Amino acid sequence: MEFKDYYKIMGVERDATQEEIKRAYRKLARKYHPDVSKEKDAEARFKELGEANEVLKDTEKRAAYDQLGSNYQGGQEFRPPPNWDSGFEFGGKGSNGGEGADFSDFFSSLFGSQFGGGAGRASRQAKGEDHHAKVLISLEDAYQGATRTITLRVPEVDAQGHVITKERMLSVAIPKGIREGQHIRLTGQGSAGSDGKAGDLYLQVEFQPHAFYRVDGRDIYLDLPVTPWEAALGATVKVPTLGGVVELKIPEGSVSGRKMRLKERGIPGKPPGDCYVILTIALPAADTEAAKALYQKMAQELDFNPRAKMGV
Amino acid sequence: MNTENNLPQFAICILEEQTQFTLADLCYACDSDIQQIIELVDIGVLEPQGREPEHWIFDGGNLQRVRKALRLQRDLEINVAGVALILELLEEIETLQTRLKISS
Repeated sequence: MEFKDYYKIMGVERDATQEEIKRAYRKLARKYHPDVSKEKDAEARFKELGEANEVLKDTEKRAAYDQLGSNYQGGQEFRPPPNWDSGFEFGGKGSNGGEGADFSDFFSSLFGSQFGGGAGRASRQAKGEDHHAKVLISLEDAYQGATRTITLRVPEVDAQGHVITKERMLSVAIPKGIREGQHIRLTGQGSAGSDGKAGDLYLQVEFQPHAFYRVDGRDIYLDLPVTPWEAALGATVKVPTLGGVVELKIPEGSVSGRKMRLKERGIPGKPPGDCYVILTIALPAADTEAAKALYQKMAQELDFNPRAKMGV
Repeated sequence: MNTENNLPQFAICILEEQTQFTLADLCYACDSDIQQIIELVDIGVLEPQGREPEHWIFDGGNLQRVRKALRLQRDLEINVAGVALILELLEEIETLQTRLKISS
């Protein structure tokens, strides 16, 4: 087990006052709160912070923790000395951490597991806890529906009272037309509850980034390269949509950035999404004598100044 | 070890589209007090259908919204008006980020 330096996590000195600890906690909690933070490791940091605060805000626990001395460094291998906490009385005030406040082995070894876990939460009703996980699917899965095998890591308490992580595999039918950010609810697949009613499992849907589609709700956006002559003269070109290749008529005189809508070619639903095609004009490379000659001919024969509006 | 074929299949639904909650359901699902939900309705964070609390029907998507609101209130010691403002700003950020993403 690794020693956790709660002072370092909180960014305060070992002799910080309770007020300083409170201020440091509040500031960092705002920074790393998973609902508002854009930091990559926000969830882990916030959890660590909650644990540090649980100890340092409580003068009894803090005094006991301080007794371990400053000899330990964060991350160092740690075993609690025998009877290390004799003479301290932890008033039995449970954690008010609520949902998701599961603390580290280090914390449990010092203060016992009765302080951790969702103890505060279970008091109201004996419903089983809900579980939350994310599931990454492809855009094609959302379009057609798909079955995905999902592996969840579920913490369980073994016969010796240690928390171990078990793997649980589920096969989930991803409904056709699901959107990014929506949740699939699996009723009764959370933790068993003492009132006999199990919690639910919620899977938050996220899309894998796609090579050429971008998504907004049920709408799909696609940059479609066209040649200068297709844009200038008009043409019928093939467009890859989620449902297959369709033909799109490019009007004569189209400019780069022109947005065209393929109605109901987005993600299915009520109403179905659309597919927006944004034209980008691709220039052929002047890498042969023939290509160079064509560009030179255009330069000579076309009276074209793209910077005319800038007065130059 | 399970193979893919013999894994159990479960009844599923899309929370945001196929689920609705009464006030009591929502309290149970979020492990919250009725009063906390009523406050969130009063401040406009939740907009149920129906006039009286006993007839309120909440869309499934409200569940995550309530959870987020309660977490912010509890973890950051923010009052309900502050939470309402934060949720609005977070949604605006999300809209802007989507707009950035689709125009890139």
